[in-house]
Amino acid sequence: MAHTNDLAHGHDDHAHHGPDKGIMRWIKTTNHKDLGTLYLFFAFTMFFIGGLMSLVIRAELFHPGMQFVQPEFFNQMTTMHALVMIFGGVMPAFVGLANWMVPMMIGCSDLALPRVNNWGFWILPFGFAMMLSTLFMEGGGPAGGWTMYPPLMLQTGNAFPFLIFSVHLLGISSITGAINVVVTILNMRTPGMTLLKMPLFVWTWLITAYLLIAVMPVLAGAVTMLLTDKYFGTSFFTAAGGGDPVLFQHVFWFFGHPEVYILILPAFGIVSTIIPTFARKSLFGYDSMVYATAAIGFLSFIVWAHHMFTVGMPLAGELFFMFATMLIAVPTGVKVFNWVATMWRGSMSFETPMLFAIGFVFLFTIGGFSGLMLAMTPVDFQYHDTYFVVAHFHYVLVPGAVFSIIAAIYYWIPKWTGRMYNEFWGKTHFWLSAIFINLTFFPQHFLGLAGMQRRVPDYALQFTDFNEISTIGAFGFFVTQFIFIFNILGCCYGWFGRKRDLPDRVWEGARGLEWTVPSPAPYHTFEDPPVLPAAEVTGVHDAEAVHH
Amino acid sequence: MSKKGWLARLVAGTGMALMALQAAAYTQTSGGYNMPTGVTEIAHEVHGLHMKVFAVCTIIGILVFGVMIYSIINHRRSKNPKPADFHESVKVEIAWTLIPFLILIGLAVPAAGTLIKMEDTRNSEMTVKVTGYQWKWQYEYVGEDVSFFSTLSSESNAARQTGSGVDVTQVPNYLVDVDNPLVLPVGKKVRFLITANDVIHAWWVPEFAVKKDAIPGYINEVWTKIEQPGTYRGVCAELCGRDHGFMPIVVRAVPEEEFKAFLAAKKGGASEVAAAAPATMSDAAPAAAEPAAPAATEVAAVDAKPAAAKDEEPAELMKKGEKVYKANCAACHQADGTGLPPNFPSLHGSKVANGPADAHILQVLKGKNLMPPFPQLSDEDVAAVATYQRQSWGNKGGVIQPSQVAALRK
Amino acid sequence: METPAAHHAERYFVPAPSVWPFILTAALVALVAGVSGYLEDDHIGPLPIYGGGALAIAIIFLWFRDIVRESEGGQYSAQVDRTYRWGMSWFIFSEVMFFGAFFGALFYARELSLPWLGGEGSKIATNLVLWPGFEASWPSNGPANAGGAFKTIPAFSVPLLNTILLLSSGVTITLAHHALKAGKRLPCILWMWATVAFGAVFLYFQAHEYIEAYTELNLTLKSGIYGSTFFMLTGFHGLHVTLGTIMLIVITLRLMAGHFKPDSHFGFEGVAWYWHFVDIVWLGLFIVVYWL
Ligand code: HEA
Ligand code: HEA
Ligand code: HEC
Ligand code: CUA
Ligand SMILES: [Cu+2]
Repeated sequence: MAHTNDLAHGHDDHAHHGPDKGIMRWIKTTNHKDLGTLYLFFAFTMFFIGGLMSLVIRAELFHPGMQFVQPEFFNQMTTMHALVMIFGGVMPAFVGLANWMVPMMIGCSDLALPRVNNWGFWILPFGFAMMLSTLFMEGGGPAGGWTMYPPLMLQTGNAFPFLIFSVHLLGISSITGAINVVVTILNMRTPGMTLLKMPLFVWTWLITAYLLIAVMPVLAGAVTMLLTDKYFGTSFFTAAGGGDPVLFQHVFWFFGHPEVYILILPAFGIVSTIIPTFARKSLFGYDSMVYATAAIGFLSFIVWAHHMFTVGMPLAGELFFMFATMLIAVPTGVKVFNWVATMWRGSMSFETPMLFAIGFVFLFTIGGFSGLMLAMTPVDFQYHDTYFVVAHFHYVLVPGAVFSIIAAIYYWIPKWTGRMYNEFWGKTHFWLSAIFINLTFFPQHFLGLAGMQRRVPDYALQFTDFNEISTIGAFGFFVTQFIFIFNILGCCYGWFGRKRDLPDRVWEGARGLEWTVPSPAPYHTFEDPPVLPAAEVTGVHDAEAVHH
Repeated sequence: MSKKGWLARLVAGTGMALMALQAAAYTQTSGGYNMPTGVTEIAHEVHGLHMKVFAVCTIIGILVFGVMIYSIINHRRSKNPKPADFHESVKVEIAWTLIPFLILIGLAVPAAGTLIKMEDTRNSEMTVKVTGYQWKWQYEYVGEDVSFFSTLSSESNAARQTGSGVDVTQVPNYLVDVDNPLVLPVGKKVRFLITANDVIHAWWVPEFAVKKDAIPGYINEVWTKIEQPGTYRGVCAELCGRDHGFMPIVVRAVPEEEFKAFLAAKKGGASEVAAAAPATMSDAAPAAAEPAAPAATEVAAVDAKPAAAKDEEPAELMKKGEKVYKANCAACHQADGTGLPPNFPSLHGSKVANGPADAHILQVLKGKNLMPPFPQLSDEDVAAVATYQRQSWGNKGGVIQPSQVAALRK
Repeated sequence: METPAAHHAERYFVPAPSVWPFILTAALVALVAGVSGYLEDDHIGPLPIYGGGALAIAIIFLWFRDIVRESEGGQYSAQVDRTYRWGMSWFIFSEVMFFGAFFGALFYARELSLPWLGGEGSKIATNLVLWPGFEASWPSNGPANAGGAFKTIPAFSVPLLNTILLLSSGVTITLAHHALKAGKRLPCILWMWATVAFGAVFLYFQAHEYIEAYTELNLTLKSGIYGSTFFMLTGFHGLHVTLGTIMLIVITLRLMAGHFKPDSHFGFEGVAWYWHFVDIVWLGLFIVVYWL
């Protein structure tokens, strides 16, 4: 990769030391664009690995009866699939996007702490190498689900401490990344870029970073207690010593629920950037978008126990967590309505990023609806731990978070590489993805309602048909992503005769500082804080801001 | 093709698929694709809430998606080359904050009502203690001195092994059938005390809208009042290890008299088996594997058959032993005895299977660490399975007779 | 909101490419893999633990040396200074949340799980059927009397002394700060050594306390939920005091080497913040772990 890569091209580094040559450039880099690229390539690899694991799951579930794998291995696949997708795929992809775009959007030279940025990145491949290596150990990888509930998790074999420590490492990576983003946003904005003029992607990342700093340490605490319960005889999660297995669930979900918003808030930011561009109209209700994001961030801290309605909480707790959870639908609704209002009476064109953004709004909303259904405690007793939940979270995660990442890459890759992706294949990618993803996950609603529980390698016969549909969809979706790979690598490496002939403002409706620099963006942008032209302010929140 | 077009097709297509499935549902009232309406008052209410929130979401969805689709069609560039430039309206924002809020209250209030009813376990007429084990259920009729284990039926169990060669579609009630179903009377408020012995399980019967986690060291209470006689099936709904998918639940709801008869028969048939002692803990045991000790002492009276004290032919024992082994032990120790190290040891050359008979028998009867006790096996079965283990895979432990087992039960 | 970059023309300092982070990661992974192997008796041997640990320490030293050089070389603008301020504040916030997890566990055990095991609220059957005769109280090692009977350390003995020590150290470091701001280097250094001394004595007492707990009180990690929460909270706190003391020593040595200016000394302030944070956590510990 190192030799031919000219992603971050444009060597106008006058007073500056240029990047190292060869592989050392990537190992030592402190440049936000290089690190963004590394993050994205890493995420891409992880998506691929996690996707392969999901195919093992889906293949085994194609027919009833055990065909390919042992139940133990199936559980390892489920567990690893989730960990890889969440910690290795979506989160690093968003961090990569933040690396590339936040400095360019707020007009600064780099992230605030570039060396720490490098550290945060390199922990990931090392950490995941350690985590994935457990699959080859005696007793195999962790098989207790990504939620790692004790006492089951304590039955893990040799893999156990490796998993725990790799979670610690990934946590360090997330925290350093998040601190970097927060500090950059708070400290490095160009003059005139007030908080309420920031692009929404920056806003959503600010709140995401705050959530990360607040909850990743809690996850570290939770897994540390698991570790000492297993090796040092503590009793946090053992009734005999006065602890409670459910305590782990509380601590885990205090992390886990904000975590799912960590996986979606940057997506909201991306969609709020793309829709106005292609509707050629300012984002409707910028302020309420900001407040809604903040409200979601706040509420995310007080709803965690909706993942544990069946553990036998006191009634008051069940009621509180039901009400609080349902409340989240309000600010999220505001977001959806604002997106629709932005499209309303716009002048829309449907390039690939816009297609993925619109697909996001449709399908995320479906996932949100099933979330609301899950929030109702008495009904969740029926849904809990069934494929209905699996359907819910894949709707918000795959056509939600993953679609937004894909949209963002299509949207900004011309700026990164100076080359346009192929529109025909982009659109094909979208339509096939949209069809297959629904084929994969829509039937899972029915499976769950009719009684198929999650995390099983085999099922009763009446679930056969929906499972077959789902498996076909999963394979189709996976294969479709190869279109994306070629389309993107084509931009990076100039395959298929792609030329670098793009204007600064790649999309005519786009606004923001990133569109005032050349395409591809030079290795160092905004070494001196730029002047913020009124026309580039995406945060239009009252009549004044547009015209002054 | 427009978005709307293929969505409509998807809906129509799945609808048709659903009709075809109607007959296959194991939950008698689910239709194969929806939540079962259930056979208790609570289950009806829960189903009602489910349909209500589903309807609300559908209507909001149609409105929101409708506006979007209209906009996509009419406000695209070719039709509307000049975009409007409004970008704010406090009034609209307030409206679409308040209206969803009110709708949510409309949903939350009845949900809270149902929830409060579900949590009210007072005035129950009988109590069943349900204990989850890896990977079976134990049912104990509190105060009746009746207790038994319930495991995946041997037919399903044989069929579900990887490479079993059995066509699972020919197995009746594949994966949702057990050897000993839980029998309950209709029309009585039954309280369940739910707990677990090793890891967390969850006891779920969709037709009752009852799902509760079984947590080692703690007891959760739930209740149900079944309206109609019938056979209701459920599954363990919390990941509990490798055979989580293979510990189903079957409840047979019968009229009062039949239930009484059942209890009486169970009591009569029960042998005078002493309570199994708590699993002994060896020092070498991994700390994690310590079971909540008192929970294990609860394994009280069981429905083992009367001890058959007469000796049997080794060949007979071997044959029977293989069957018992496949049904009870292969889950962990594997059909070929290689186990799943490091948690589940291989039995090839096992010290216990080649050592003194008593220790072997006791380990089967009382369990050890992660290995659950098997007091429910008859003396004959225990002798058979132990013999099978001692004579297979190169082991040379010799034969064990039922009388030896009977002697050790005391 | 202020617009920071406006006030000065100098460019924000962007460091040259650096190999430290990469090596540090490799060292840390070797370290934790070694520890994992040790925990699972995997016969990886001690080399990764010691090698990785030593390498990590060396790299941290080298990395910080770079930072110190850049700082003393005048490359850090006021904006960079603010970056460090924000960065340190958020880092400390993350530490607060880490402790929060353990305080939460303590709260949960005392207010929920133990009362439930004792039959309170809807969990009456738990007590009657599973743990007959168990009465919730605090301190407790649970219904199975995990680890056997134990005694606790009374709050108003060594812990109180430790409280006084840490509070005093908070005072001395503030005095040192004032001295530094006033440009009085010698008093500053002396106050700093006093702070270090308080930290070290604190650690001495805590080690002593642990030894006593293990040898005389039968209070160990295995003493049920009390032992678990006690040692995890005080242990992680002690670890932070150790780190803080090392940081204090480094800062003091830097002061002696003539680093820091009266108007620009974030390295000093960052450590002082950290020290105050450790101090406040101790207060929380003293109140909810030892006293109440
Ligand atoms: C990106 C990730 C993401 C997001 C955004 C969400 C969003 C939501 N989730 Fe989800 N959730 C997960 C990821 C996510 N979830 C995961 C991974 C799990 C499973 C974890 C595991 O067990 O492994 C899970 C599980 C889960 C559960 C536990 C289920 C169970 O195990 O029994 C619950 C229960 O309340 C829940 C609720 C919600 C709610 C109410 C929202 C809300 O935020 C949704 C709000 C959105 C809308 C409602 C749609 C738009 C709104 C309107 C158009 C306005 C008008 C609407 C109305 C008034 C109805 N989620
Ligand atoms: C972000 C998270 C994420 C993603 C993307 C996915 C993606 C998929 N998941 Fe996953 N899944 C989870 C999170 C995720 N899942 C979680 C949390 C669980 C619960 C685990 C547990 O129970 O413990 C789960 C469980 C789970 C189950 C249930 C298993 C069980 O209960 O036993 C199933 C079954 O069908 C499944 C299937 C799939 C499939 C077919 C996909 C396919 O969509 C996969 C195909 C996707 C790709 C090939 C990647 C495409 C992405 C790109 C192309 C972007 C490229 C990016 C860059 C360039 C930077 N998943
Ligand atoms: C839930 C899993 C499980 C099931 C089912 C199970 N075992 Fe075990 N078995 C174990 C575990 C775990 C051990 C190791 C116990 C220990 O030493 O900690 C074990 C150990 C043994 C040993 C001793 C092996 C040795 O050399 O140490 C024998 C003999 C044995 N089991 C027989 C049986 C028989 C007979 C059955 C069925 C009737 C059975 N097991 C069912 C989990 C199981
Ligand atoms: Cu028992 Cu799942
Ligand atoms: Cu949640």
